[in-house]
Amino acid sequence: MRLRASPFGRGGDDARSGRNLFGTVILYVVLIALALLTLFPFYWMFVLATHSQSTIFSAPPPMWFGEFLERNYNALLARLPFLRNIWNSFYIALMATVATMFFASLAGFAFAMYQFRFKRVLFGVLIASLMIPPLLGIIPYYLIIQYLGWLNTPRALWVPAMASAFGIFLMRQYVASSMPRELLDAGRIDGASEFRIYWSIALPIIRPGLATLGMLTFIGQWNNFLGPLVVLNQRESYTIPVALRTLQGQVQTDWGAVLTGTALAVLPLLIIFVFASKQVIEGLVAGSVKG
Amino acid sequence: MARTTTSVPPLPWSTRFDKFQRRIAPYLFISPFFILFAVFGLFPIVFSMYLSFQAWNPIQGLGTMRYVGLENYVWLMDDPWFWRSITNTLWIAFAAGIPQHLMAIPLAFALSRGISSFRHPLTAAYFLPYITSAVAIALVFQTIFGTQFGALNQALIYLANAPWSAWLFGGLAENLPVNWLGRAPYIKPAISILVWWQFFGFNVVLYAAGLATIPKDYYEAAQIDGASGRQSFFHITLPLLRPMIFFAVTLTIIGNLQLFDQPFILTGGTGGTSQAGMTVAMYLYRTGFEWLEMGTAAAISWLLFLLIGTLTVIHFYFFGRSGLESRD
Repeated sequence: MRLRASPFGRGGDDARSGRNLFGTVILYVVLIALALLTLFPFYWMFVLATHSQSTIFSAPPPMWFGEFLERNYNALLARLPFLRNIWNSFYIALMATVATMFFASLAGFAFAMYQFRFKRVLFGVLIASLMIPPLLGIIPYYLIIQYLGWLNTPRALWVPAMASAFGIFLMRQYVASSMPRELLDAGRIDGASEFRIYWSIALPIIRPGLATLGMLTFIGQWNNFLGPLVVLNQRESYTIPVALRTLQGQVQTDWGAVLTGTALAVLPLLIIFVFASKQVIEGLVAGSVKG
Repeated sequence: MARTTTSVPPLPWSTRFDKFQRRIAPYLFISPFFILFAVFGLFPIVFSMYLSFQAWNPIQGLGTMRYVGLENYVWLMDDPWFWRSITNTLWIAFAAGIPQHLMAIPLAFALSRGISSFRHPLTAAYFLPYITSAVAIALVFQTIFGTQFGALNQALIYLANAPWSAWLFGGLAENLPVNWLGRAPYIKPAISILVWWQFFGFNVVLYAAGLATIPKDYYEAAQIDGASGRQSFFHITLPLLRPMIFFAVTLTIIGNLQLFDQPFILTGGTGGTSQAGMTVAMYLYRTGFEWLEMGTAAAISWLLFLLIGTLTVIHFYFFGRSGLESRD
């Protein structure tokens, strides 16, 4: 499928002659109302995180911030080693991100810049691996991790995630579109090794793409639920999503504490998104709309 | 007589090394992926196929694995919970999937052709749920779906009583408040609402990317010929967007059939009253990790793969070919 992968490319302009102002206003109202509907759960999550159990469950429900954030936070820490859980999530996501940025750009560089035997077949395998539903291997994945003695360790999650096919594909596109082949030859004439060419010439060129890949990997790992649910079964080793899930099972769910934890889980992503939403969106679309 | 050797002197070591490293570099660079894929991608698939013909409880060690032929598959064919999980999954996949696309296409059209400012903030707002933790979102929705004090019921009750919107509810008003997550008939709609909410923005972005590839001249030409906005939507946008529709629907099929996080959290990991919210992915998880029937769980994963493959092929057969033709 050949498509220019930018959702923000060209578009219409409502200043066009013949378009009535009334229709445009209605359109804006509908679009903004829908955006507010989409954002409401996020707003409400932060509001409820500052309320007690009794005000959360009252009619009408609270719509403005309360004073229970500290109490909720303490309740959360009393039930879970939550700072440890945050650290686990952060550590796993960071390790996977750094490793993926390195290995995926290296492989993407190779697929974009070199002609070598079996290249088409190997790239075909890579693309085919994207089609495999992750659930298919979930049982053996658990058994492998158990066999390696990695249950309840961060390794169990970041090592398998070190070189994603998606990332290699994305990096191949970036290298192919932004690095002229002459640079490869110039590097060779200057006596640089192939790795040196990757490190000193290719990496600086693809830095924007690399940053996008980094953010996407971090987000994906941070949100991962099924993987950690399967291989982590001790409170100290939980990541945030798994930790939050255990609060839910308790007889008297303390919703103030749950939503404080939820807000903490969402906050880093919101921060990334506020600063780099364009990059995140375009990266995800470029990755989905293959080739 | 003196024979002089005129052969070229052997290449200096450094040049030989240089040639060598140049030849193996690409293989070295791509090897990390293929090693990891072999261990964590390919081997698990082969092993899960093998496992699906075995009866095995992992607690008792690898030695207790017993070959049972097709028994796991045969058992599943008679298992009412398995069939319920299949119908649940299909129900949710359609109920959450179809509205997503019906809404995302006009929305993307409005965003990229109808307005000139706030295009990016609006797109970003629609997209935000897609990158948020499904667990976090499902927990928030659990409070929104609350029976007595949930925001959704309170909003519905307000609308049912307000004079300007009461007519919309007809006789349905007496069903309020709805016990969304407690009563079997409402669990699937609740899960579908959440999934719809989380993913429509992603489709808006996909369709916006597809729309950006349609040359603006087409619209201008249509306008000169006196076509209305509506006519250009149906006669220019939709036909040219077809490859993207095909692609986006394929992604939805594959994603929705593997739904796990959202139903798992909304039903507290159980599947809800009479398993009304138990998807195939959840049933697979519970069979493997709660009931420790690893062989049966592996068989479920292969049947799910078969279901995804079949629906993708059907989709391709009916909508793919014409989409491909128009692409060339």
